[in-house]
Amino acid sequence: MVVEIPAEVVYQRPDAFTDTVTSYCPGCTHGVAHRLVAEILDEMDLIENTIGVASVGCSVFAYNYFECDFVEAAHGRAPAMATGIKRVLPNRFVFTYQGDGDLASIGMGEIVHAAARGENITVIFINNANYGMTGGQMAPTTLPGQKTTSSPYGRDVEQMGFPIRMSEMLATLDGVGYVARRSLHDPKNIRLAKKSLRLAFETQARGIGFSLVELLSTCPTNWGMKPVESLHWLEEHMLPFFSLGEFKVNPALSQTPITRGRLALDAD
Amino acid sequence: MARELLKGNVATAEAAIRAGVEAYFGYPITPQTELLEWFALRMPELGRTFLQAESELAAINMVYGAACTGARVMTSSSSPGVSLMMEGISYIAGTEVPVVLVDVMRGGPGLGNIAPAQGDYNQIVHGGGHGDYRPIVLAPASVQESIDLTVLAFDMAEKYRAIAIVLTDGSLGQMMEPAELPPMQPVFRRTPSWAVSGAEDRDRRILSSIYLNPEEEEVTNFRLLDRWNQIEANEVRYKEYNIEGAELVVVGFGTAGRVALSAVRAARAEGIPVGLIRPISLSPFPSARLRELADQARSMLVVEMNSGQMLEDVLMVTGGKVPVEFYGRMGGVVPFPDEIHAEIKRLSFEPLSFSENPRKSWMERLALARN
Repeated sequence: MVVEIPAEVVYQRPDAFTDTVTSYCPGCTHGVAHRLVAEILDEMDLIENTIGVASVGCSVFAYNYFECDFVEAAHGRAPAMATGIKRVLPNRFVFTYQGDGDLASIGMGEIVHAAARGENITVIFINNANYGMTGGQMAPTTLPGQKTTSSPYGRDVEQMGFPIRMSEMLATLDGVGYVARRSLHDPKNIRLAKKSLRLAFETQARGIGFSLVELLSTCPTNWGMKPVESLHWLEEHMLPFFSLGEFKVNPALSQTPITRGRLALDAD
Repeated sequence: MARELLKGNVATAEAAIRAGVEAYFGYPITPQTELLEWFALRMPELGRTFLQAESELAAINMVYGAACTGARVMTSSSSPGVSLMMEGISYIAGTEVPVVLVDVMRGGPGLGNIAPAQGDYNQIVHGGGHGDYRPIVLAPASVQESIDLTVLAFDMAEKYRAIAIVLTDGSLGQMMEPAELPPMQPVFRRTPSWAVSGAEDRDRRILSSIYLNPEEEEVTNFRLLDRWNQIEANEVRYKEYNIEGAELVVVGFGTAGRVALSAVRAARAEGIPVGLIRPISLSPFPSARLRELADQARSMLVVEMNSGQMLEDVLMVTGGKVPVEFYGRMGGVVPFPDEIHAEIKRLSFEPLSFSENPRKSWMERLALARN
């Protein structure tokens, strides 16, 4: 007797993704980060209710990959643009997707004040320790001693200062509902990253305030490494400096269960 | 509506509120701050959005984001703050979303001072942001006109998906005079076919100023230019005083134009055939009318509260048909009507000559007057 086991789909392209060829380099973890965001947009049934804000950097074309409405901000200004959108459309879901040059250098003012205001937006922050799109220059997150095209002798902290730990810094602000740093270098950490992203999106859905997830990412092309080498480099060099974990979790977030299915967002 | 005694900045803000502005984002800077404060007071009680941004840079980008939703939005600032906004203004122009900006000009360059000036003419009229775009620029000369042009700026911005700038100054912002406010219009959310609002029951929309392919960017540049040609054809505005039979035509905008009017009237009373044209739309510039006046007049006098920025445009459009002279005060100094009156008299009695450089001869006259 043959027992028929019904086939179950366990892995597929998220509906929130468009059918587009990627512009990211092979081995870059932007793709993983995008996929996690898309999965959550699917799970929370948010795609028709969301406006994304793309930034300037490698993720400048983020709007090509998601099935939701998108705007494209000037370099560093995504949190200000997201603020403008959220303030006039408070029942829409608004997220920015920014790199470390965009968020921690030129956009430092905008991110800090959006967080301080408790702006009810979600920020996905990609930290790959350099400027990717312009060809691997020193970023505010570049590690001490790390060689980049604009720190060819290695980042000399005497001359160029120290890297910035954004998540820890933002966690000190009262307006922040949720902030965590996760890494995309192995499956276990990718699962943790997804959990944090979900919590960040939940933070906005519940109106708890500003939420941000920093994702440690690789840049094999500009680091001059093979993809697998770059994953190891991240683990060996970035993790000791950028510790993983949740730096602020508003208690209201843990008191309510994770939303299932479509969100009941407040009406206008 | 009855006429009330109103302060320029407050009247401008209230006019925007009555025109149905849904969100205001701004930053304090003298002599513009009463606009911000009035919005802070009024917007919450009307259930609308007021937000004090952390900088002018953030303010213009908040306005940019809010404008992408199709909402009626604005910001205001004064010269140094407007410099900071130039990045955002260029992005707004490139994304083709409607935004209104009020620039209450002050003395400069640099930190300058907080006195009324017109030194932002070039930056605003000829576009201080990068790339190929032209803003609509309207220059009031009274509190009433500040009200009327602010309301008009919203309609024009939305009609042409462009940035419309009300270019005023510290004098017009701070003065009080009787004026009438428009009736209150309700806020209604426009849902233009380009706005982002969530892709429910429709295809997703993307608003961006990026066109990586140069051919596509050029198509966009042409689209902006086509729209600009419509604006030039339909939206030129100016006001003329005693222009009939005027042999000397004075050209001045905003406060300088208003001061010049006193001088023109005094000179007319003395029998001098002088008239005034006060450009209201600085962009589009009333070029065709100025060319006509250049045919009619024996000479022209450009009066500004800067070093002759609009003078260049007048010289260009009149193309040497008529001698053009210049009189200006700078740095936040407002000319007295007597100063302009003296210039009118001089031009009426002195033999006319095409000055090689009207700015240089003005500087020489000013130096003589000071000695």
